[in-house]
Amino acid sequence: MTANSVNGSAKISYADVEVGTELPAQTFPVTRATLVQYAGASGDFNPIHWNEKFAVEVGLPDVIAHGMFTMAEAIRVVTDWVGDPGAVVEYGVRFTRPVVVPNDGQGATIEVSGKVGAKLDDNTVRVDLLAMCAGQKVLGMSRAVVRLG
Amino acid sequence: MALDQSFVGRSYPPTEPYEVGREKIREFAEAVGDTNPVYTDPEAAKAFGHADVIAPPTFVFAITFKAAGDVVADPGLGLDYSRVVHGDQKFAYVRPVRAGDRLTVTSTIEAIKSLAGNEIIDIRGEVHDESGEHVVTAWTKLVARAAEEG
Repeated sequence: MTANSVNGSAKISYADVEVGTELPAQTFPVTRATLVQYAGASGDFNPIHWNEKFAVEVGLPDVIAHGMFTMAEAIRVVTDWVGDPGAVVEYGVRFTRPVVVPNDGQGATIEVSGKVGAKLDDNTVRVDLLAMCAGQKVLGMSRAVVRLG
Repeated sequence: MALDQSFVGRSYPPTEPYEVGREKIREFAEAVGDTNPVYTDPEAAKAFGHADVIAPPTFVFAITFKAAGDVVADPGLGLDYSRVVHGDQKFAYVRPVRAGDRLTVTSTIEAIKSLAGNEIIDIRGEVHDESGEHVVTAWTKLVARAAEEG
């Protein structure tokens, strides 16, 4: 925590970052309970996210996390870095691989790292995110543009 | 069956307003485990210059996806929704969504492609507030996987 986060200004200054600057990485656990809670909060009740029998019937290995859940977690690496989530100007991902969530009491872990890919106009930077689960990339082209102080 | 290309460029009427509530934002933030006070504490949000608590960046998808659902359910389009998976998702923000917003979505079909038997449809959702101000644009790529043979 830097001192200037207290008064609400941006934690990170545009002048202080370079292409290649790494953001603090984070890990996000996801269990079946997480998915049920996310289903309720998001309104996405697709049974592939909570019903193992249904998931297998449609050709999946097991219940999988909502892609939008993974997308929501990945951007936290950016929003926790800048402090104000309202500084996010653009955010996009490709859903390349599902996050499989077994009913074993442990579930899965999504690991997200990010680095500055480009410095853009208007005090904005592009952050390239990497989201991994069980050693495989689960998001492709995962990029955010964020305005710094 | 290939989708009807004449649907490219078609826009659908704006949805009925969705009123963004503080407690709905809190519920969403809790579901993704995000404890940033800007989502739950109006004073913390004001410290960043926001008029009220703001929503996490992907919150608006619940609204735009519902609007996109009305598009893909258009019987004239001929999409088999049971085979649809989410391919890509992108947002461009004019400002963050905040509590008290009454948001409408205007959906447009941007592209329809057929690739290796898969049908790919790109839908753009323009989100406006009650005053007509543009808040965010959401692009959703949906892929209807090829039906199995036989």
